[in-house]
Amino acid sequence: MLAVSDLKIHYRTLAGSVKALDGVSFSVADGEIMGLAGESGCGKSTLGKALIRLEERMQYVGGEVTLDGTTLPIADDWAMNPYRFRKVSIVPQYAMSALNPTRRIGRMIDELLAARGLKGSTLRPELERRLAVLGLTPDVLGMYPIELSGGMKQRVVMVLSTLLDPSLLIADEVTSALDVASQKKVAGALVEFRDRGYVKSMIVVTHDLAILAQIADSIMIMYAGKLAEKAPTRTIVEAPAHPYTRLLLGSLPEVGIRFEDKRLPGIKGRPPSLLSPPVGCRFRDRCPLAFSKCVEEPPFIEIAAGHQVACWKADAHAQG
Amino acid sequence: MLKVENVSKVFRSGAFGGKKAKVIHDIDFEVKPGEVVSLIGESGSGKTTVGRMILRLTSVSEGRITFDGEDVSALKGRALKSYYRRVQGVFQDPFSSFNPIFKVGRVFRTIRREFLADLDTATWETRLTGALNAVGLEFAALDKFPHQMSGGQLQRLLIARALVLDIRLLVADEIISMLDASTRIDVLNLLGDLKRQGLSIIFVTHDLALGNYISDRIIILQKGSIVEMGATDRVFGDPQHAYTRSLLNAVPHLHERWSDAELKDLGLVKDTARFGGRLVEHQPDHLVRVYS
Amino acid sequence: MTSTTDSAPASPAAKAGRNEILYFALRNPKLLIGAVVFTIFLLGAIFGPMLATHEPMTFDAPPGMPPSADYWFGTTLFGQDVFSQFVNGLRSSFIVGTLAGFTAAIIGMFIGFFAGYRGGFVDEVLNMLTNVVLVIPTFAVLLVVAAYLSVRGLGTEAAFIGLTSWPWAARAIRAQTFSLTSRDFVGMARLNGESTLRIIFGEIAPNMSSYLVMTFILLFGGAILTAATLDFIGLGPTDSISLGLMMNYSVMNAALQLGMWWWFVPPGLAITAIVGSLYVMNVGLDEVFNPKLRAL
Repeated sequence: MLAVSDLKIHYRTLAGSVKALDGVSFSVADGEIMGLAGESGCGKSTLGKALIRLEERMQYVGGEVTLDGTTLPIADDWAMNPYRFRKVSIVPQYAMSALNPTRRIGRMIDELLAARGLKGSTLRPELERRLAVLGLTPDVLGMYPIELSGGMKQRVVMVLSTLLDPSLLIADEVTSALDVASQKKVAGALVEFRDRGYVKSMIVVTHDLAILAQIADSIMIMYAGKLAEKAPTRTIVEAPAHPYTRLLLGSLPEVGIRFEDKRLPGIKGRPPSLLSPPVGCRFRDRCPLAFSKCVEEPPFIEIAAGHQVACWKADAHAQG
Repeated sequence: MLKVENVSKVFRSGAFGGKKAKVIHDIDFEVKPGEVVSLIGESGSGKTTVGRMILRLTSVSEGRITFDGEDVSALKGRALKSYYRRVQGVFQDPFSSFNPIFKVGRVFRTIRREFLADLDTATWETRLTGALNAVGLEFAALDKFPHQMSGGQLQRLLIARALVLDIRLLVADEIISMLDASTRIDVLNLLGDLKRQGLSIIFVTHDLALGNYISDRIIILQKGSIVEMGATDRVFGDPQHAYTRSLLNAVPHLHERWSDAELKDLGLVKDTARFGGRLVEHQPDHLVRVYS
Repeated sequence: MTSTTDSAPASPAAKAGRNEILYFALRNPKLLIGAVVFTIFLLGAIFGPMLATHEPMTFDAPPGMPPSADYWFGTTLFGQDVFSQFVNGLRSSFIVGTLAGFTAAIIGMFIGFFAGYRGGFVDEVLNMLTNVVLVIPTFAVLLVVAAYLSVRGLGTEAAFIGLTSWPWAARAIRAQTFSLTSRDFVGMARLNGESTLRIIFGEIAPNMSSYLVMTFILLFGGAILTAATLDFIGLGPTDSISLGLMMNYSVMNAALQLGMWWWFVPPGLAITAIVGSLYVMNVGLDEVFNPKLRAL
């Protein structure tokens, strides 16, 4: 079980600190696949990365992360090492292009394992078993990255990053660059791994809400470095309480919706700059429901079991 | 207006073009004025190549592409320029479409120099303002470097670039696949508005939902062949080819969850592409490839 | 550029763009340090010979003198003024470097741009030509040619170096051009119906400006080094003095063993400093030209 409380991560830039993650608290239960969605720049990828490795420019400002009862030393790059891969693992956004094109897949995996002090040969049977689970034959280990399709590479990276049964897996935009058919297979692979217990819980970071609607147990929506809403998938999709969530869902064209018949509204305006974010609700400039109280920051509170929202009008909204 | 007639494309590689690979097989379709045609397929289906051939960025190996009856491949000099005044393109990656070392306004200066040099400044500025307004951007945006803008803004600037020219056909190659959901719909709606004003659009995409939202007609490409084509509601309402069906099944829906069995069908992706066969009319304005 | 006549709002922007480059250039320590060192030597090459009070090659001074008020850099074992030799040698080195560097850069750019942009058949032919020149044992050819020419001037030397040192530059430029050509902005330029030359010099080359400057700098530095090497082994100009020849004479006459440091240190130091300053400038230029490496 993962618990994050009041996590703050800033980016150092020449113009000042960008408050990419500005006080975020949530938890992910064992066996839960939590989807994390929002527009680019909302902090979703920062959150995903912060749980495993802070980049050079990322600065830990405050907050606490506990995984299975132990506090993760996320601010300390060196102290995090024993946790990485073994407790927390990640399938990065550009995993596919990160593969060294001149090495066979199997050899590359052995080298990566060796770097973690593990022996490739002892783990090989388990590796092949798991590849088979995802519909990949052991032949792929003898291939070069260029011989695999994007979806296959993505699945190989998934198998590799979960080989030691980590408690938490972060999947960062793993389906974004794929065709629909491969997308579906990678999505299915994520669920399969959770069901088989290869990973206890998962955070799936993506801007694609439709994919999350298929595989996530709960969905958390972020906006401008803050949490907007978190609820079980059904609730988010069918009865969202935050106006931002509603607008976001309303801007998705589904098969069957035509411009001629129904013009989907977008969301007017742009997210605020996180260099000096506005006080109060950060969505209020774009919000159709904004009223005088929105100059105060709405708390992220529970309005129903497992349904948290940061909006002054959430209560009335959810019922009406 | 635009006719693609039995077009094939062979790519040569290796020393002095020794190796050949046929990537487009005998494609034939037409785009009428004010029509949005979607070219849908996965990576490797050749959809981008078709778009590039129409834009003359890639040569045609067999068959021909005509615009208002003129063979596009034969155009040179002045005639080619006049073709580009009527037909323009926008590509997938907005950041790669701008020269990173120049401010974005340079794109418009180039357009004026190349096509509209005879326009006086006042007329030009009115026209530029009109095009920028149509895509919801302001004059000040021109004074920025590409890396200071968002992908959506850049993509809209590129559409504005095409609009300055009063084009009749826009080839939009995956122009929204790199954008956020909320920005996507803005760009899509913009294309819809332009279509209402009579612009024809070839919309190249791998996303069936997006293709469906905007287009009048759909062309499904698999490994360089058209497997199914026709009016959007007919193709999506009554898909006949196995490949079209599998694509439609793989589209995630918000309100309808895949069953567990469906989701965990993780077998190797089968290569179902078959060559040969011919397109037959399943119903009016709905062609499907059948194999004998 | 025609843009200067435009009154479109983007016009002042372009001007601001140039000012920005200047702004960042003046605040880049690497570029400034490199430029200052380089300029000092350049000024030495231009004005030095005017300051020299003695002829470089005549034997009219007391031999083997350390630096003094009369002979600023001392004299050689045969009674020549080292300062006079040094500044004249500096001038030859700059002339050879510039001529050879330009020759090689122009050939390399022409071949690199066209091979990279056109691709296909043009690329194959140009690439073959590049490879042929690349595998010719340049040094051996130079030895042979030098042996047949009894009188060799700076021009001949520069031409030799220029005509043989372009292949790597052509290859580097070709690779860069190739990758830039695949970028969509080149496609956009083609959709404007722009000519090949305009696309190469208007879209592709500006993106490589730091790269091209670097190429020229490296060719220039390389030519100075090659010239020094040729001179040092006795294949240099027969009718003038150069930094390499100074080193050659000093070593042949055991200046090191005799402790006559003033004979070989100035030319050695000058070659090192000129080439070094060029490399440092190059790194600085990269930071200046690339807007992404600057502050936002």
